[in-house]
Amino acid sequence: ATLVRVQRGGSPSAQTEGKLTLLCDAKTDGSFLVHHFLSFYLKANCKVCLVALIQSFSHYNIVGQKLGVSLTAARERGQLVVLEGLKSGVDVFFRPREEPHPLQFLREANAGDLQPLYAFVRDALQPVDSGEAAWRCPVLLVDDLSVLLSLGVGPVAVLDFVHYCRATVCQEWKGNVVCLVHDSGDTEDEESDVLLNGLSHQSHLILRAEGLATGFCKDVHGQLRILWRRPLQPTTHRDRSLTYQYKIQDKSVSFFAKGMSPAVL
Amino acid sequence: MLESLLAVGGLMLLRDSVEWEGRSLLKALVKKSALRGEQVHVLGCEVSEEEFREGFDSNINSRLVYHDLFRDPLSWSKPGKALPGGPLEALRALDKRTVSGPATIALDSLSWLLHHLPCPTLCQTLHALSRQDSCPGDTPPGEQVRVLGLLHEELHGPGPLGALSSLAQTEVTLSGMMGQASAQILCRRPRQRPTHQTQWFSILPDFSLELQAEPPLESQPRSDPHTPSVDPTTHLTFNLHLSKKEREAKDSLTLPFQFSSEKQQALLRPGLGQATSHIFYEPDAYDDLDQEDPDDDLDV
Repeated sequence: ATLVRVQRGGSPSAQTEGKLTLLCDAKTDGSFLVHHFLSFYLKANCKVCLVALIQSFSHYNIVGQKLGVSLTAARERGQLVVLEGLKSGVDVFFRPREEPHPLQFLREANAGDLQPLYAFVRDALQPVDSGEAAWRCPVLLVDDLSVLLSLGVGPVAVLDFVHYCRATVCQEWKGNVVCLVHDSGDTEDEESDVLLNGLSHQSHLILRAEGLATGFCKDVHGQLRILWRRPLQPTTHRDRSLTYQYKIQDKSVSFFAKGMSPAVL
Repeated sequence: MLESLLAVGGLMLLRDSVEWEGRSLLKALVKKSALRGEQVHVLGCEVSEEEFREGFDSNINSRLVYHDLFRDPLSWSKPGKALPGGPLEALRALDKRTVSGPATIALDSLSWLLHHLPCPTLCQTLHALSRQDSCPGDTPPGEQVRVLGLLHEELHGPGPLGALSSLAQTEVTLSGMMGQASAQILCRRPRQRPTHQTQWFSILPDFSLELQAEPPLESQPRSDPHTPSVDPTTHLTFNLHLSKKEREAKDSLTLPFQFSSEKQQALLRPGLGQATSHIFYEPDAYDDLDQEDPDDDLDV
């Protein structure tokens, strides 16, 4: 099964616009989910803003080509706006201070809030009333939010940034927001826990990639837990969560029920 | 007891978690208040007005005043859509709005307020808001103000949680088991002992509250309707099944270490033909066979 069918299959009344999807990984690398959503939304003709703080543009481009999209072409035709954190982070120090920069917080002694980053996102995804064919809903992808904690931003400031993105992109423009965050697990990282829990409370859908409890396996790379949280459809028994195991292949990811990997049967 | 929660004024904390969310209970309590004819003010920080009002019918929505702190709480937008004065002023303004008549104030959520306001300030404002300055005897029950605060437990340390807990008249902690939600209710009345009760409940799509009995303790495995049950023995390369003859042979086998009555009899009667065991020993050339007990000379 593919991830799209897995997502749709669980929630019969799934409304796909105006949602905050939280990607989270624990003891494994969940970035394959970011690549999936990036190529998925580009293929669906949405306007995408990628805040890439972890990898360079060419990395996403190479993986995107395997998944069937060309990020360079998307960027040229205006469908994709990328903030390359690794490159532009250095620019902050060489620009005159008056010009606001999305990663302005890197320059401040105590990193304040992420308003400049939010302003960048808002300007990138603002729907324009031009005569040409409009893109489908705007989408914000952030890879990833945990690195902001390492750069000195407080968890409440990151939560505020996501709050504003939700208010503008999801609520006002009926677009989607997808963010990746890391679960620090047993290491007692209070800030990381506050960030993860705070984001979980704000999210409509949580996709959690976990390594297997028994360790590394060649044929089953991990387990994916899918949890639907909002909108509230209060019922006595909610079928809110599903678990699948997965294997990442060169051009796709295959999903199967727990214990049902073809390699172990 | 969940039904009578709204009879008491003061501050009620709804403590929820990622797994057991509390917003639907908050909405159910808001609905109850509105149906009793009270004014309901909602300070919305975490969800939009549209989302909060969803599921309520028009006569409840007409009694509900939503103070929007969701769209632009920190005045980042130009032109500003923020409530003037920011979160603290918005909270204090609620105090002035509920001057006459019974009222319910819903704070969605206290966690957001706790992240953006200093804890002492928030506690002082809540104290004033829930009219705890006046003795309970002064205000007639009809004029009481109820403050419902949604609090996400995992987001705060023990200090702020303890401070809010000591301010609250009622604390409802949400949890559950196997898809069934429960509320642990701790009620503190003046000059009475705190009472503790657990109530299982569910919330219907129209946000009415339905009380439930405790689910039975033995877990009933619910078959998931979305994933078809798969028989794991279908595609194996080896045989896991037993034929009838094999099954009979297996059942009639006595295990060597199983202590059955026949074995017990055999051991108790070392009978005829049952030779006791012998040890045959060939001494080596250098062996010293001394028949005396080596422990004899010990003075124990």
